[in-house]
Amino acid sequence: MASLKVPTNVPRPEDDAEQLHKAFSGWGTNEKLIISILAHRNAAQRSLIRSVYAATYNEDLLKALDKELSSDFERAVMLWTLDPPERDAYLAKESTKMFTKNNWVLVEIACTRPALELIKVKQAYQARYKKSLEEDVAQHTSGDLRKLLLPLVSTFRYEGDDVNTMLARSEAKILHEKVSEKAYSDDDFIRILTTRSKAQLGATLNRYNNEYGNAINKNLKEESDDNDYLKLLRAVITCLTYPEKHFEKVLRLSINKMGTDEWGLTRVVTTRTEVDMERIKEEYQRRNSIPLDRAIAKDTSGDYEDMLVALLGHGDA
Amino acid sequence: MALPLEFESLTEAISGMGVDENALISTLGKSQKEHRKLFRKASKSFFVEDEERAFEKCHDHFVRHLKLEFSRFNNAVVMWAMHPWERDARLVKKALKKGEEAYNLIVEVSCTRSAEDLLGARKAYHSLFDQSMEEDIASHVHGPHRKLLVGLVSAYRYEGNKVKDDSAKSEAKILAEAVASSGEEVVEKDEVVRILTTRSKLHLQHLYKHFNEIKGSDFLGGVSQSSLLNEALLCLLKPAVYFSKILEASLNKDADKTTKKWLTRVFVTRADHSDEMNEIKEEFNNLYGETLAQRIQEKIKGNYRDFLLTLLSKSD
Repeated sequence: MASLKVPTNVPRPEDDAEQLHKAFSGWGTNEKLIISILAHRNAAQRSLIRSVYAATYNEDLLKALDKELSSDFERAVMLWTLDPPERDAYLAKESTKMFTKNNWVLVEIACTRPALELIKVKQAYQARYKKSLEEDVAQHTSGDLRKLLLPLVSTFRYEGDDVNTMLARSEAKILHEKVSEKAYSDDDFIRILTTRSKAQLGATLNRYNNEYGNAINKNLKEESDDNDYLKLLRAVITCLTYPEKHFEKVLRLSINKMGTDEWGLTRVVTTRTEVDMERIKEEYQRRNSIPLDRAIAKDTSGDYEDMLVALLGHGDA
Repeated sequence: MALPLEFESLTEAISGMGVDENALISTLGKSQKEHRKLFRKASKSFFVEDEERAFEKCHDHFVRHLKLEFSRFNNAVVMWAMHPWERDARLVKKALKKGEEAYNLIVEVSCTRSAEDLLGARKAYHSLFDQSMEEDIASHVHGPHRKLLVGLVSAYRYEGNKVKDDSAKSEAKILAEAVASSGEEVVEKDEVVRILTTRSKLHLQHLYKHFNEIKGSDFLGGVSQSSLLNEALLCLLKPAVYFSKILEASLNKDADKTTKKWLTRVFVTRADHSDEMNEIKEEFNNLYGETLAQRIQEKIKGNYRDFLLTLLSKSD
């Protein structure tokens, strides 16, 4: 469930645009006003505000935000304001560049967005960067990582609930064989993970657990030589089956300043607020015995903190 | 009535591709019982005399032939009425079921359709078969072609006009090296598959130009043992040539049962794309010295012929 709080009587986009324009004018910037508007509008509403703003003030709202804001707060507002497919395209592009390389972002986009949404991301990517997402991912990865990531971003998964129990059994067996042989980038292993529907995979992995006594990720973690590929593989499996668990982990690591995904906090909050943030909050509370918004308040400050907390559904709409 | 002439025209009406429905109505339809008996006795290739029981029975192959030829028009119409996405999804499914000899159909569909049409076919596949095209292909194709086929159907290529020529040039070198080196079959090489299954068609055109310069020869002459790989290249770069070649094969006198079916498929799936159809007509003429319309006129008969000619004229 989404955590976004939108007022029952939403102002007209013309009024929102005017207020935002006021927030930029004169000395300094009225960040509180920006947050009070943008953090309480859904994607469709934000899109309207953007087009009205552009038509009225002859400037892209995002450009104005870029000029007025800075650092983490700017990133959060900018990412939030973008249309979800554009946002994902932007994040994907960023993740393929050398200094901002982050394969987890690609895994999140490929595995947690619905199939049709992923197509929209690809369209946005092509429109903005004049090449396809697949081309870039293929070109910027190699070896086992490419073997996993390329089919992952290329797939158009069936989204029905149909499950073939015989297939679940036979493919659980294949997965188990490969894991036992430590053949973590085997063709069939990757085939199953990157082409089967989520429902089918769920059934297959349940079968794996029941039949072989351990969840597959537990087996994958036992490998003493834990490398980036294995970490990514586990992330793929988590994202395909329990995305909220993955996002909880990203948040936890980012808040505790562990690992290298420093933008994880901003990314998860801006991309999941309108999707399943409530479930992620529950998972966070369950795992860390402290509510997410409290953890964020401890770790961040100022406008950045206010923005994140607003998106999490606190404060008035 | 001059009976021998009638036999000739009747035989003619049911030989070759398609069936001359009008001729059948006016000859067979009007005939008396005795005339038909004489026809059966005279047509040794269609009927065999059962002397013991005193009747002339059909050869099995004659019945099969008639069934096939009568159904050509039927199949073409049904295929034409279908949504293009369903058409392509069913073609891929059929090819998968048939096995390796039919995989060229998968290459054809994935390489000659636009990005949106291929995506549409994948959507239709979900709807028709409750699974994705790529999962079906991945689980049923074994051997060296799996990576290529799965990659080709999963492609959602950029279709704009931006291209990085130096990138195309360096990839042409990669392809040239892959082709020259021994060891793994070219079709299994990761870099080859990556380039062919992700790059835009425009990029591949630039790559093709550079490759030919490096190698000093036209790589569409065939870069590998794999006919599927060669076919993919042809479909991606010169679809009009590809389609002309398979049309010629289907209209050739040596065409077998399967090859003859290509005729309907190409016409029905390409007729809505006037530009492409015109390119195919032009290429066919260049390659074989006669127009497609002429060849259809000569070789096909009846409603099937008229239907094909009508489809052909849509792009005039």
